[in-house]
Amino acid sequence: MKFALLRTPVAAALALGMLAAAPAFAADKSVAVTAIVEHPALDAVRDGVKAELKAAGYEEGKNLKFTYQSAQGNVGTAAQIARKYVGDQPDVIVAIATPSAQATLAATKTIPVVYSAVTDPVAAKLVKSWDATGTNVTGVSDLSPLDKHIALIKQVVPTAKRIGVIYSPGEANSVAIVADLKKAATAAGMTVVEAAAARTVDVPTAAQSLVGKADAIYTPTDNNVVSAFEGIVKVAQQAKLPVVAADTATVERGAVAALGLNYTDIGRQTGKIVVRILKGEKPGTIASQTSTNFELVVNPGAAKLQGVTLSDELLKTAKVVSTK
Amino acid sequence: MSLIASLGAIEIGLIFGLVALGVFMSFRIINFPDLTVDGSFPLGAAVAATLIVAGWNPVAATAVACVAGAVSGWVTAWLNVKLKIMQLLASILVMIALYSINLRVMGKPNVALITEPTVFSMASFGGMPEQWAKPLLLLLIVIAAKIVVDLFFASEAGLAMRATGGNARMARAQGISTDFHTMAGLALSNALVALAGALFAQSQGTADISMGVGTIVIGLAAVIIGETLMPARSMVITTLACILGALLYRFFIAMALNTDFMGLQAQDLNLVTAVLVAFALLVPAYKRKLAGLFKGKN
Repeated sequence: MKFALLRTPVAAALALGMLAAAPAFAADKSVAVTAIVEHPALDAVRDGVKAELKAAGYEEGKNLKFTYQSAQGNVGTAAQIARKYVGDQPDVIVAIATPSAQATLAATKTIPVVYSAVTDPVAAKLVKSWDATGTNVTGVSDLSPLDKHIALIKQVVPTAKRIGVIYSPGEANSVAIVADLKKAATAAGMTVVEAAAARTVDVPTAAQSLVGKADAIYTPTDNNVVSAFEGIVKVAQQAKLPVVAADTATVERGAVAALGLNYTDIGRQTGKIVVRILKGEKPGTIASQTSTNFELVVNPGAAKLQGVTLSDELLKTAKVVSTK
Repeated sequence: MSLIASLGAIEIGLIFGLVALGVFMSFRIINFPDLTVDGSFPLGAAVAATLIVAGWNPVAATAVACVAGAVSGWVTAWLNVKLKIMQLLASILVMIALYSINLRVMGKPNVALITEPTVFSMASFGGMPEQWAKPLLLLLIVIAAKIVVDLFFASEAGLAMRATGGNARMARAQGISTDFHTMAGLALSNALVALAGALFAQSQGTADISMGVGTIVIGLAAVIIGETLMPARSMVITTLACILGALLYRFFIAMALNTDFMGLQAQDLNLVTAVLVAFALLVPAYKRKLAGLFKGKN
């Protein structure tokens, strides 16, 4: 009768769960990182945070407990990771990308949260404004410098009037970028032609739809678009429609030029905020930041295939790569 | 596993308990493999979030979300029974259409609710801490939903629905409109799923277009875990098993999140969850084997 409870398999499985509780070991400081999915840019942010912590004297295993969890694309799991972290009571939670940051904020109003790689933290209601908010939240946005991107498109294709943009309508960051791109384009006397691709397989079709309607293709930091980038390059070469990207890694894959954010730098910038909080500053007194460190990369080989010649000025100031 | 992590697992498990009830109705009662849920879960979230941001009362917004879910289920069944489109394909069509509809409803891929009133902020149970109040309110909602479903299946209409799924020809011979009951059943099923979506958005502070991905997988896993661990003929026990299955699934994820000390890493999460679920499903078989062994000796 003693083990009556264990007779029901449900109770047995739950008991197993209690036994599996992880032993906490003593460490001076603890930082917990949550991300919505494994992704080269998001992983770079995480590694940047870690590198910055190390540079500031917080080393994993010595005086720092550093934990990382990815929700593997599932919003429900992101919520559970947030709860796990709130239960673990780390000194700082770093939340990478919008859904993970929102899930973390839904779980705590007291533990310092530093978001990263969120394009529009105000629209995502993480912070009330870009200024210091007095709450437990601050962070670094990966907002692209769109006016600079338009200037780059003009440098690559001086006659360009119509910018074709390929993006997924399901990514909050991309939708925000396209809205801002329209404003920036109008200010520069240009128009934007949208080509939406809901899935990776729709990307080549979207690129095809821009032929004859646009003078250049612009690709934002959009997960689907970056994944299916080769399909865009193929269309660009056939139609002599030069591609300018927001993501420098895509230049090696066939974009003509990119003025991009470096996500490792965004991670390091995030790490700097984490260090300030670990040293005793309140997150509520730190304003949200954007990245200021941009890298210009060009691919003359790809330019030739897509029917443009890059100016000497561009070649001099940029890092030059060739298609891999 | 910390207390807060456990409460989080209970909270999300209860929400997916509603999904499991919905999936149980379509797959098991009406015998209709319905994938609409991958679209109706975010539909419920999108409708509720959009209305709340527009200033609606959260309870009214949640109710409208349920109606929207019911309509999506009705359309799936209508495509099947009236237009004779294969069941799976009909549900896939509605599921992919809902992706665009959800974007239209929200006007953008992500609607934040963090600072808005929700059903959870309305029911504070006299200042109870949020991490307790949320699962408590959800428990009440899930119990209420379970009782309603149980009462429905014991009613004449519910029995007619069960007959429709069990043996459609026999049901028609008894004068039951199987077309109507298939449509009504899927409507109810997807209303429950949309309710789950609406509650999820409010408890997590956001409705996101990507939140529907894999809902059917989690719902089915919950139903099968429940059925395996608590096999029963009684409808009351079976609906309870579905909810417990969903809770257990969430506990397995919470456990998998705590396996870093074993050298497992973040990317192993889904694998660890799958292994834990597989072990849970083996438990009843081994229990029978062990019981057989002892009987043989005596």
